[in-house]
Amino acid sequence: MLIFIVSILSGIISGMGIGGGTILIPVLILTSGISQQIAQSVNLISFIPTASIALITHIKNGNIEKKLLFKLIAAGILGAVLGSILASYISSAILRKMFAIFLFCIGVYEICCKKK
Amino acid sequence: MQNIIKECGIIKNYRYLFKILSVGLAAGFFNGLFGSGGGTIIVPAMVFLLDVKEQKAHATAIAVILPLSIISSYIYFKHNLIDWRLTMNVVFGSMAGAYIGAKILNKFSAGMLRKIFGAFMILSAIRMVF
Repeated sequence: MLIFIVSILSGIISGMGIGGGTILIPVLILTSGISQQIAQSVNLISFIPTASIALITHIKNGNIEKKLLFKLIAAGILGAVLGSILASYISSAILRKMFAIFLFCIGVYEICCKKK
Repeated sequence: MQNIIKECGIIKNYRYLFKILSVGLAAGFFNGLFGSGGGTIIVPAMVFLLDVKEQKAHATAIAVILPLSIISSYIYFKHNLIDWRLTMNVVFGSMAGAYIGAKILNKFSAGMLRKIFGAFMILSAIRMVF
């Protein structure tokens, strides 16, 4: 039940364009005893349906920068494969600490650098 | 003279292409490694490095991160790193949440929310290390 409430909250947040995953993953980790990798895969998969729905609206509104899109995706695929393979070979404890550093940086960025 | 101008143009193009590929590579890598945050990297990178307007950057970010998340999910799946029951709970919860979020978007100040969640992220980061 707690997880359902948390995921509604993270959905609300990502619907507002703030990035739900960076909230969802630490909450999953701190409230249930799952490994870092499982929490991350939950977020990766749950992003797929919500992003697909959002994407349809964006395509209709013509907000996609097509000139950049395919180059970004092509380089991104290489990065995604490297990153995911690395994640599946690191121990959960170490990945958690790395994630915490990443999260800390994003938190500082959200507070200090964004004006809107 | 014209040749020099032409060459400068080509170098500029290569530099811009290099920037695009680096941004894509970094976003894909961190999105795969941490299962999140690809959008958090790619939106400001597009705005500051690639001169894309903020609104277009958000939309393009989703179009880029979506296929990358599918590929990363597949690799996590291959390594047996998926809890389907938990995932389905979160999928339905976050879809409901995304709907509510889009409806109430204009009723709250996003700036204030950002600061609250930024603080929350810093606190949970500290909690995750200790």
